Amino acid sequence: MSVAGLYNYWIVILLMMTGFYVVISSGNLVKKIIGLNLFQASVFILYISMGKVADGGAPILREGITHYSNPLPHVLILTAIVVGVATTALGLALVVRIREAYGSVEEDDIHRQDESL
Amino acid sequence: MLIESINIVLLGMLVVTAIAAIRLHDLFAVTMMFGIYSLLAAVVFVVLDAVDVAFTEAAVGVGISTVLMLATIGLVGRREQRPAHRPLLPLLVVVVTGVALVYGTLDMPFFGDPGAPVHQHVAPYYIGQSPEQTGIPNVVTSILASYRGYDTLGELAVIFTAGVGVLALLGLRRRKRPGKENRVS
Repeated sequence: MSVAGLYNYWIVILLMMTGFYVVISSGNLVKKIIGLNLFQASVFILYISMGKVADGGAPILREGITHYSNPLPHVLILTAIVVGVATTALGLALVVRIREAYGSVEEDDIHRQDESL
Repeated sequence: MLIESINIVLLGMLVVTAIAAIRLHDLFAVTMMFGIYSLLAAVVFVVLDAVDVAFTEAAVGVGISTVLMLATIGLVGRREQRPAHRPLLPLLVVVVTGVALVYGTLDMPFFGDPGAPVHQHVAPYYIGQSPEQTGIPNVVTSILASYRGYDTLGELAVIFTAGVGVLALLGLRRRKRPGKENRVS
């Protein structure tokens, strides 16, 4: 039971770490932002997993249902998804601006140009 | 039991997609992998009873994010340089962090446990009182718009700030090198 009970969390951690790995190992700024989004989506899955109640229904009140899953994590994650898109848009705008200024979105190129100044 | 099996299969597919996103170096393909990942996450949300989150993720996470990434790739180019050396240090950092997080989950309540602390505090109050207090059958809506309305207002402030930031970065002045690239903003 112990492995089955924690399976969701472990998979989520694996997904988080793949996103984290993309962020820190990739030199391309666009790919870094995609990695950040992968990380973010896996955090959403973590929260929704914690809100699930076994044999519960979706939190829309109706006849014949006694247990509902917890609606509070759902609300938090709704807010987080929208805020996440806003931050992604800002990050991508910064990438476009960096490309204009440096002519590249590779971290190594940008560092080299900064050092040669 | 059926729900758990579907859940396990979907989470396995998520892992495959995420690893494919690491290994690909064509940014267009990586973006498509991200879109598939978000769609699979939306299906997981349906299985875990979070239907409102699922359609928001499907519309905003898959739709808007992917379009923004594709627009950016259109401007900056789709090839990623291959790393010059083996990424051993990032791998080490990721493994250590992952092991620490797994250690942290050992004390967590099991998946679906109705006695978990997260289900004890305000959630029963919201589920019990929202029909009388707000008259909306969907509890997620009544929390979002009524009980936690100020949080939603704060969210709007964040989106407004991000929009102003994007405009300040890209939109309001002439491009320095006209004709070299097409701007979408």
